[in-house]
Amino acid sequence: MAGLIVAQAQEAPAENTGETMQSETTMEVVGDELHAAEEELHEATELHGDEHATGVFPPFDPATFGSQLLWLAITFAALYLLMSRVALPQIGGILADRRGRIDADLKAAEESRQKTDAAIAAYEEALASARAKAQGIASESRDAIAADLAAKRTRVEADLAAKVNAAEAGITQTKTAALAHVDEIAAETAQAVVSQLVGDVSAEAARSAVAKVKE
Amino acid sequence: MAGTDPIHQFVIEDIFPIATIGGEDGLHLAFTNSALFMVATVAVISLYLILSSSGKRLIPNRVQLLSELLYEFVANMVRSSAGTEGMKFFPLVFSLFTFILVANMLGMVPYFFTVTSHIIVTFALSMLVFLTVIVYGFVKNGPKFLKLFVPAGVPGYILPIVTPIEVISFLSRPISLSVRLFGNILAGHITLKVFTGFMVTMIPLGFFGAAGSLLPLLMGIALTGLEFLVAAVQAYVFAVLTCMYLNDAIHPSH
Repeated sequence: MAGLIVAQAQEAPAENTGETMQSETTMEVVGDELHAAEEELHEATELHGDEHATGVFPPFDPATFGSQLLWLAITFAALYLLMSRVALPQIGGILADRRGRIDADLKAAEESRQKTDAAIAAYEEALASARAKAQGIASESRDAIAADLAAKRTRVEADLAAKVNAAEAGITQTKTAALAHVDEIAAETAQAVVSQLVGDVSAEAARSAVAKVKE
Repeated sequence: MAGTDPIHQFVIEDIFPIATIGGEDGLHLAFTNSALFMVATVAVISLYLILSSSGKRLIPNRVQLLSELLYEFVANMVRSSAGTEGMKFFPLVFSLFTFILVANMLGMVPYFFTVTSHIIVTFALSMLVFLTVIVYGFVKNGPKFLKLFVPAGVPGYILPIVTPIEVISFLSRPISLSVRLFGNILAGHITLKVFTGFMVTMIPLGFFGAAGSLLPLLMGIALTGLEFLVAAVQAYVFAVLTCMYLNDAIHPSH
């Protein structure tokens, strides 16, 4: 396994440098044996003033593994501690605070809404009862006025009817009285007219004459 | 010729040596350009996240909003793949995602070193995930963790075939996880360098060379866009797969 990786590692840079530099020396390297390849690569890299100190493809150079692992351990441990102890609780705290605040606000809003609803209901109830009371008062007073009016009207009507009856009775009496006097007046008038024309005549004769005419 | 050498960008150079353990051919430790960019990656992530959220604004400004979006993005990723129980690995997944993302993005800056273009780095990160899965899986589930290799509902006579496949696929996870990231970043950077290198080689070749160099230029522009996409997508893929593997550790029965 380890040998395989090394072999790959040593072939890989040879191919890569071969492609880009297109140098004959490196092209030969690809076909060569492992040891020869290593030597040639050293030459090739030195030739081009390259900084491949070991001649191995850098990501597969085991010489750098120690340092990388050491610093990865240090930096990643530091990152983990900073994240888990400082940064994440801080951000999580902000989010939790906000969520709590939003929940509390929503709850308060809900309470206010319920209070408002109750107030509206109370108002509606008061309004309804007031309206009912007002209607009661209105109909009561209307009834009272109507009754009063009716009583007054009946009284006035009765009064008027009595007066009319009295007047009618008076008229009838006067009429009968007047009609009763008509005969007398006619007899007196007839006596006067006859006495002027033919001489004296008795009141009795005149009266009987009038009675005869009337019949 | 070093200017157009596509491999030169991956060379690790010592900035200052620390120690060499075990003689001349022993383990050589140094602060390298790779280490510098690891430190830079961690510094960028930590400073940004901590400073941007230090205001603790109820109504976030743009800087804080980005941190919150990143947090929610990774949190949702973990929650949807590994469930609420997986949230204990949220700092790990978040660290992995931001580390790879920022390392990839820093690598897109010309002359900057790309930390994730080295197999040992991506392999170490994937081994971290792999070992976390194994250790947590056994600690939490005990021997039941091995149910992972015995899918439920499979008839007994198929198990001798299925179980080795499951074991192999499980063991190949750290390799596929690390090679995917490493390969994408390495290949992308080499391609970018090769195409833009063509331009440098073609321009001195007279009029037609200079005119023709427009083609690799356009290719280079397109590839730059693609590489930014790859940088983000690979960080996302690594994080999502980490979540899925952690889900196996938390819920080993399929």
